[in-house]
Amino acid sequence: MILPGILASGITGNLSTNNYISIATATVDSSGASNITFSSIPQTYTHLQIRGSFTGSGVPIPQFNGDTGNNYAFHGLRGTGSAASAYAVTSAPNLQLGTASQAGSTYPFSFIFDILDYTNVNKYKTTRSLGGSDQNGSGGIDFSSGLWLNTAAITSITIPIGSGTANQYSQFALYGVK
Amino acid sequence: MGVTTTTTSAATYTPIATTTLGSAASNITFSSISGSYTDIVAVFNGGASAGSNALALQLGNGSVDTSSNYSITFLSGNGSNAVSGRVSNNAYLYIDARATLPTTLTANAIISIQNYSNTNTYKTTISRYNDAAGEADATVGLWRSTSAINIIKLYPDSGANFLAGSTFTLYGVKAA
Repeated sequence: MILPGILASGITGNLSTNNYISIATATVDSSGASNITFSSIPQTYTHLQIRGSFTGSGVPIPQFNGDTGNNYAFHGLRGTGSAASAYAVTSAPNLQLGTASQAGSTYPFSFIFDILDYTNVNKYKTTRSLGGSDQNGSGGIDFSSGLWLNTAAITSITIPIGSGTANQYSQFALYGVK
Repeated sequence: MGVTTTTTSAATYTPIATTTLGSAASNITFSSISGSYTDIVAVFNGGASAGSNALALQLGNGSVDTSSNYSITFLSGNGSNAVSGRVSNNAYLYIDARATLPTTLTANAIISIQNYSNTNTYKTTISRYNDAAGEADATVGLWRSTSAINIIKLYPDSGANFLAGSTFTLYGVKAA
């Protein structure tokens, strides 16, 4: 329902709604989790998107196909609430979706992470992400791009939570975009 | 490891409701939002009458929360510099904390409200706002409530009106 005095229309059927597909969801139980893995990712989409929201500590530091070598690079803009700055990291063992803030025990870190052309074996893989955590007086936000120096199709994604842990009820969802 | 993984191949990013303003309006409210999705995404394109300040967002369950339970941290570039700032203990979330809404239909915002029906955690929003004549913003917002969200209200603060022709669409994203 849309209020007030505004014409509203349900638009299902007027738009194609079958090009953004839910693939898998990881939900953290009471044991907590230090990393999340999506494996056997279908190769039938063009792009992937991971949407996550978690409490605990740490930030997501994704890796592809189990590669823990120094084959990643990323650039970003960060806002700490008091300053804006840019950064670049090369020859890293992972990407990093947040530098300005971490999750808190009651304050979620949320992010949207896009992985472009993940099945294309003719080029390195690129990503982009927006993520952060506001904690009512602290926190920060990052807007970043990433590179995996590998032409292999991506079949698995591991997301360590940095040196931290995702608490119960945290959720990480993988989607495919045709 | 304390993770349960479920899989599916279901289409999602479902349009829930949309509207185009036929005349100026002081706010737009999406109510009775189904709790059956994982995230909801509000998309805005439009402008506001002169005198407006920021694009504001309130959340709630049954009715929107007008108390000082909102806070944001933002990153903004306006063509001459980049800044970051925050607003704490506010009565609404700023989507464009640095600038005023334009008096033309040139502002865009995409606001993702993550895990909006999870009653175990506070709610976080991540949004992007841009106005080609003004600024580009990225903002993370917090609503300090564990209530499931089933109503959201967008409005220009300072009592201005959204312009006729402004569009608003709400999508639901359902995880496996």
